[in-house]
Amino acid sequence: MIDAVVIRGLTKRFGTQRVLAGVDLELRAGRLCALLGPNGAGKSTLLGILSTLVRPTAGEVSFRAGDRALGGGGELRRIIGVLAHDSFLYGGLTAVENLLFYARLYEVADAEARAEALLDEVGLEPEARHRPVRTFSRGMVQRVALARALLHDPRVLLLDEPLTGLDRGGAASLVRTLESAVRRGCVVLVVSHDLEALAGVTTHLAILRRGRLQHEGHSAAGFSYQELKELYHRHAD
Amino acid sequence: MRTELGGVVAALGAGGVQRGRVSFLRHVAAMAWKDLRVELRSREILFNMAFFAAMMVVLFSFAFLKEGRDGEVVAVAEIAPGFLWVAVLFSATLGMARAFDREREADTMRGLLLSPAPRTALFLGKAVSLFVLMAMVEAVVVPLVWFFFAAPLFAEPLPMAVLVLLATAGVAVIGSVFAAMLMRTRARDILLPVVLYPILVPLFIAAIKGTSGLLGGQTEQAWFWIRFLLVYDAAFVVAALWTFESLVIE
Repeated sequence: MIDAVVIRGLTKRFGTQRVLAGVDLELRAGRLCALLGPNGAGKSTLLGILSTLVRPTAGEVSFRAGDRALGGGGELRRIIGVLAHDSFLYGGLTAVENLLFYARLYEVADAEARAEALLDEVGLEPEARHRPVRTFSRGMVQRVALARALLHDPRVLLLDEPLTGLDRGGAASLVRTLESAVRRGCVVLVVSHDLEALAGVTTHLAILRRGRLQHEGHSAAGFSYQELKELYHRHAD
Repeated sequence: MRTELGGVVAALGAGGVQRGRVSFLRHVAAMAWKDLRVELRSREILFNMAFFAAMMVVLFSFAFLKEGRDGEVVAVAEIAPGFLWVAVLFSATLGMARAFDREREADTMRGLLLSPAPRTALFLGKAVSLFVLMAMVEAVVVPLVWFFFAAPLFAEPLPMAVLVLLATAGVAVIGSVFAAMLMRTRARDILLPVVLYPILVPLFIAAIKGTSGLLGGQTEQAWFWIRFLLVYDAAFVVAALWTFESLVIE
């Protein structure tokens, strides 16, 4: 179980370009944090650092479970689920084969049943499951990518534009999945420009601009669309 | 920074030796099996590698000719080892570039690195799949060299097999490191042979000298080069496992 992801003084430079400039943020379990900001604000880089794939130039990220901070490496990666811009799926493998492959890497027990259950949950039709992913539409790919991110029952969910390519049904299903993850006590961070879809479920809001945290707020009842829109325009534009 | 190799060693030393080894090997196997499954379904790398290597052998066999004992024109058997290994190395370069290109599509390399599987296991899985593809190509090329150059490659089957396996393993491991390193560079297709071949020169010389020794009946000389390949491969496997993680993390 993880209680919080604590980010302190996070800075990232790529050469001379500063992408993140001393970001402080605390993501708590059981809350959905929407990370908003214009293009180039540093959102994807922050996600990259949280997912352990990008090394920060300065600052630190600690994953806290009770009094202890989790170590790095495989122990940490085992509890993180990432849905990124790219699907991380092999076009030459079927949806089921992709999930079974990743299940082996994550050492998921009863992988076949888990894969089928997740494909049911994300709404991929049974007849599509044994077709190569390269034949899928963008929305179908996104559904399988979501199933891949949830495969190992992660305690920290990092999602970068998860609604891309999803139709209304897919978007609603995704939001239900996120709500369920929040109820199970997961740390959920979503980067998105789709404020409408995030309305009601977002209880923690962070707005980045030019690598700096411009605004942070909480709402136990969940931010409404109007609130999200207004805060975004006030702090990000 | 603590490397994955350090982590693996620590985990093995902590008591779960058997479980750790089994888990590590499972990850290697999963990775290799995934690559081979994708390849055997599309066959785009294997066919291109095999066709390219076969064409090289055939063309070389017609380019370098001499007069045989009975006055007929035959290919020069003495230079067969060189052409065998040139064909293998060039075709392997084609394959390794494409094998890592696949991990760029949909950014699957990132997906792999996000998993808790030891990164060294992911690397070894890639190297194993490349090794298998190269071995399949060699299964075509070696008989072709034997046929077109009339080179007695099967006269000493055991040392020949060991030599081929060690040289292939070396190319697969070193090639995988450099292909991974260049994965995110734009000119990777051009850069790969430029950076890879100088490193492979000692391996290449050992493979040719060893094969020549076997063809000339100098088995002792061949075993010397086989031992050289063993040491060379071992050194590069350790170096590759040690550096792979830092090469692929931003």
